[in-house]
Amino acid sequence: MENTDKIIDNTITNSVLHKANTRGHANHGWLESHHTFSFANYQNRERMNFGVLRVLNDDRVSQGMGFGKHPHDNMEIISIPLEGDLEHQDSMGNTTVIKEGDIQAMSAGTGIFHSEYNKNKDQLVKFLQIWIYPNKKNVTPRYDQITLDLNDRHNKLQQILSPNPEDDGVWIHQDAWFHIGKFDNDFSTSYELKKPGNGIYAFVLKGDFTIGNNALNERDGLGIWDRNTIKITANSANAEILLMEVPMEL
Amino acid sequence: METIHILYIGRHLEILETVIRLINANENWNGVGVMNDEEAKDVFLRKDFSLVLLGSGIQEESETELCAFFKNIYPNISIVQHYGGGSGLLKSEILLALENNKN
Repeated sequence: MENTDKIIDNTITNSVLHKANTRGHANHGWLESHHTFSFANYQNRERMNFGVLRVLNDDRVSQGMGFGKHPHDNMEIISIPLEGDLEHQDSMGNTTVIKEGDIQAMSAGTGIFHSEYNKNKDQLVKFLQIWIYPNKKNVTPRYDQITLDLNDRHNKLQQILSPNPEDDGVWIHQDAWFHIGKFDNDFSTSYELKKPGNGIYAFVLKGDFTIGNNALNERDGLGIWDRNTIKITANSANAEILLMEVPMEL
Repeated sequence: METIHILYIGRHLEILETVIRLINANENWNGVGVMNDEEAKDVFLRKDFSLVLLGSGIQEESETELCAFFKNIYPNISIVQHYGGGSGLLKSEILLALENNKN
């Protein structure tokens, strides 16, 4: 049977659009956060998750401030710094700094404690905090952090996360793949899903894009399912997008 | 407003203490935390819980046995897998489960 998705059309029917200004917002002074999905005091039954993607927080932390020591279990936690430096400490003995171009992944498993602070006294740190339900409960906690080559995402999709320890990027306990692309204006590419049945959540980091019949601006999110391929077009210069392919069922 | 009693079962003491502190921060919720299955069954028999949260470290065999025990005593009890530890998800999970209870 012909894969009709190969004929890329402009109509995506199985999708959900989350415009940036409809996200939950919390301002705690030291922390300003936008929540794509229900989190803490932002509760919206229509925005609980996209498949196993449960948390997408767009955080800004003031100079020298941060999240004190707190616990997690049974969750795959990914942090992507967008600006500034984040200082990480955890109960596994890791003390590290992650900066723009790095990606951090933690498998909380049976339980970890960690803290994340803005390393700098003179600038904000901006980062994405992403939580994925694991495909296996009660795993041994683990921590991983890598530095990515930022040139490797110019007009292409750079893989930054996968389920495979041997593959590019960090790995997690879930059949999920993340990519980031930084495109010139009018540049188009397509993304073919790695696993049948998975969905894809696109989140615009910078600039403007079109995916199918959806125009996306900075910090908009678009979830798509029941599709094997999507076409992505940048509508502005230096447009950046994060693609998160995830299973649709826990 | 009626107090809602929530039983949390988890094997990690510090996470258990954090979860119970967060539950009890809501004036209408009362959390009881236990680390082992026998204590969980014992507490369940002595209090009228609306919700059971299964936390970290509970193996599948225990989970099955606990769920069967709770459902046998109170067939309509909500039993929810709690992910993420003492986190921003706890409130969502509890609110959703209580809402589903009403429906």
